[in-house]
Formats: sequence, C-alpha cells, structure tokens
Amino acid sequence: MKSDAINVPQNEIAAFLYFSPLSTKCFSAPFTMTKQQANWSPYDNNGGSCVAIAGADYCVIAADTRMSTGYNILTRDYSKICKLADKCVMASSGFQADVKALQKQLAARHLIYQHQHNKQMSCPAMAQLLSNTLYYKRFFPYYSFNVLGGLDNEGKGCVFTYDAVGSYEKVGYSSQGSGSTLIMPFLDNQLKSPSPLLLPAQDAVTPLMEAEAIDLVKTVFASASERDIYTGDKLEIVVINADGIRREYMDLRKD
Amino acid sequence: MSKSLIEMPPKGGFSFDLCKRNEMLAKQGVNPPSFRKTGTTIVGLIFQDGVILGADTRATEGPIVCDKNCEKIHYMAPNIYCCGAGTAADTEAVTDMVSSQLQLHRYHTGRESRVVTALTLLKRHLFNYQGYVSAALVLGGVDVTGPHLHTIYPHGSTDTLPFATMGSGSLAAMAVFESKYREGLARDEGIELVTEAICSGIFNDLGSGSNVDICVITKGGKEYLRNHLQPNPRTYTSSKGYSFPKKTEVLLTKITPLKEKVEIIEGGDAMEE
Repeated sequence: MKSDAINVPQNEIAAFLYFSPLSTKCFSAPFTMTKQQANWSPYDNNGGSCVAIAGADYCVIAADTRMSTGYNILTRDYSKICKLADKCVMASSGFQADVKALQKQLAARHLIYQHQHNKQMSCPAMAQLLSNTLYYKRFFPYYSFNVLGGLDNEGKGCVFTYDAVGSYEKVGYSSQGSGSTLIMPFLDNQLKSPSPLLLPAQDAVTPLMEAEAIDLVKTVFASASERDIYTGDKLEIVVINADGIRREYMDLRKD
Repeated sequence: MSKSLIEMPPKGGFSFDLCKRNEMLAKQGVNPPSFRKTGTTIVGLIFQDGVILGADTRATEGPIVCDKNCEKIHYMAPNIYCCGAGTAADTEAVTDMVSSQLQLHRYHTGRESRVVTALTLLKRHLFNYQGYVSAALVLGGVDVTGPHLHTIYPHGSTDTLPFATMGSGSLAAMAVFESKYREGLARDEGIELVTEAICSGIFNDLGSGSNVDICVITKGGKEYLRNHLQPNPRTYTSSKGYSFPKKTEVLLTKITPLKEKVEIIEGGDAMEE
C-alpha cells in the first residue's frame, strides 16, 4: 500500500480499500466517497445526417434513413425529412422523439397561419417560426438539429441552418447530424457560401445545376457512410423546384 | 534509505502514482485522450477437422471508422491463431508478445506449441494487469491433443467452448451460432456458418463492419482467407469526379520587419558577484 506517501485528509473516511473492477480506476489509499450522480437522461441520440443545398431555382434536401441507438439499429427505413409547407421542407437529425414533437408543433402553427392569412407560409416565414419554436424551449431544448430548405417568394432556393435552441442563418448549403463533420468541409470546398457580412450582398445560391447538386449529395453521403457508423442504409433526396416536390432514394452501406 | 538494502527487482504491473492527478485533472475538465477500440465481431467454432476463426475488419474511434480494413486475426503460432476485440493496441501488443514467447518455447522444447500454453500465457498476463489491458480474445488452434477453442476476457478468465463470439457484435453473431451450430460440421458448412455469424455482426452492430476475414486451422495446416467476403462496396462514385483547385485563400498579407538595432545602455548596473 502506498499510504506512507499520500497525506490522508482529515475528513475523509479511510476505511478498507474498496476495489471494484467496474468503478474506480485509481488505487489511492484513502477511499473517497463521491456523491451518487443522477444517470437518467431525457435525451437520446438517434444518429443520422442531413444536408441541404440551395440553387438558383431549386433546393435539394437529403437525409439518410437509419435510426439507431447506441450500437444498435432501430430501423433502416425512417424518414428524417418532413414537408412543412408547399415550398418548404425540413430535415432534422438528433433525438427523433423531439423531432416528431417539433414537427407536430410546426404543422399545427402552419394550419393556424393558413386559417388566418388564407395562404401557405413562405420559406423565410417558416424559418422564423422554427427559430421561435426552438427558443421557446430554451431551458429544456428540443434535441433536434435542423436544416430547412425550400423556395422563397421569388422562386429562388433558400437553405436555413439551425442549432438546437433556434439560432439560424440563411446559407447556400448546410449539413447537420453525426456525419456533418465529415460532410461540411467537402461542401465548403466545392460550394463555399459567401458570407452574409460581405457587401455588396451576394446571392447565397450555388452556381450548380440541379443534376450536379444531386450528384454532389449522393457522393457526399456515400463518403459519409464509409466513415460514420451512424450514417447509412438508404438516402432520401427531396428536390423542390418550380414544378413541385419530388423524392428519390439511393442505397447506402448497410454495415 | 540505507545503501545496504538489497535492490528489489522492478515489480510488474501498472504504477498507479498518477491516479490522483488524473482525477483532479478530470474534475477540472481536462479529459484523457480516447483510445482506439475495435468495436468488433469475432467468432470461432470447432468443426470436424479443426477450428475456424472469423472476424470483421472495422476499427472505430468513437463514432468514426478509422480503419475500414484492419486485420483482427493475429498469428500466434503456425498452428494457433487469435482474434482480438477491445483496444486495438492492447490486442496487438498482447498477441505479439505471447507469439514471441511461444516461439522461444518452441526452440526450448523442440515441439509444436499447444493451445493451452498460449491460453495460460495470455490469461496470466491479463490477470496481472487486472483488466486494464482491454483485450478480449478468441483463441483457436490444432495441436497434438486435438482442436481447441477458448475465449479470454480482459480480466483473465477463460472459457473452453465448441463455438464462441466476442466483441460488440457478439450477441448478433451468437444468435446465428445458437440457431445453426451443430457438432461435426464439414469445412464448407463451417466457413458458411462463420461467415453468416460475422455478417450478422457487420449488418446489425454499428461497431462492426466492412469485410469478413476467415482462418481455417486443421491438423494439416492453416488457411488464412483474408477478405473472404466483401459485402460492403462503396455505394456511389460520381462519374465525373471531383477536383480540388481552390487553395487556402490569402485574405491579407502583412510584413512586419523585426528590429535590427539593439540599444546599448551605457553605465548600466554592475553585475552582482
């Protein structure tokens, strides 16, 4: 025992040496009683990644369809993308129970808006609504990392990116979720959004054609699935343009 | 400490001198670096003529895959192989070390190594380190006494089994074994069952993935089937490819010349003696 070298603080109980292979990693001679911490969390992370890219007259929103918890897969076929309004679609990763609750909340508020104003909400309006809804729960947040994509009133693509408590920004492209650290640098390299602080104000849309943007999204998810264990199974791509909304799927790695 | 004290040989095992410091640092928010774990599915089974070992090939660092095609079936002796799960460095180090010890033993005795020898060397080492060497192993081989398959846990306990699985995907693989294993399997049936068990781990466990490695050991010799099955090819490669012309942008260039002249102060303080 090393009790000669270590000073025993007076108010600590130096009883027997308690050795449990599961708990303490340290064999210090005086046994320190630590307060038992609460270990139930209201949150869980169901993993997954989302991406959105805004074009001159289109918007591409994509997310994988894997829902997981810990090292297990809950389902390979879960849609993280939700249509909020005619020209406005949201993709969210994080805790899917909170995401579902958030989507319900936004759908209800949108219905009220439609009754009061006799029209659909525009994408920028929905963006502000989402931000306010998230901040409303500032002190017990929705564990939901969102990207909102759609067409604004002029028909130009717009993408808004959020954090969990509602801070948002209009950007040309964005990614959220477990694979975002892998996806974002590649998008930055290929698309580089102009800073909203630069004057004169530059358009936050990419010069890519719609087909090129879809190709980019497929590549980016295929790469993310290689290195992120929470991303994979299937990719759901939603494209909004003047003709409407269309959906397509692509298989990803299932391991 | 008088010089007449006999010099004690250095004690083995870890020195826990820095534990208190680590605790204090952790409280202040400084976290130790995480180690690379293999988050694995490894299996072994005994068939008619010997032993078949199987493993996946994914190595993870938390949620990121750091190696898509690593080797988890380690060589111990010409007739003994060992699959390793847990901390990658630990499994590599411990299997390399025991492999060397077995070779020296072979030179000493002039005989083929026995699986129980490897087992005892491994379990003694792991017990000595009280579970801190995080290596969970499936050891299999064929020697003069017949085919053997063992599992070794990080704390040093062992089991002798006809079929075994370890790692984060062990439950997925064991489900397959428990349903389909029977005694006296033929070689091809055995390989198929092992492949199925590893695939179950690969597809249902997020810590395991990529390819299937197989090693078949019989009295006649061994067959190491690296990447026996590759069920996870890359799903999409863009036909046009991507180029990376943009270099780091230079936003500002500012050159500050350093001072050339050194001012000499006349009549400064005399240096102290």
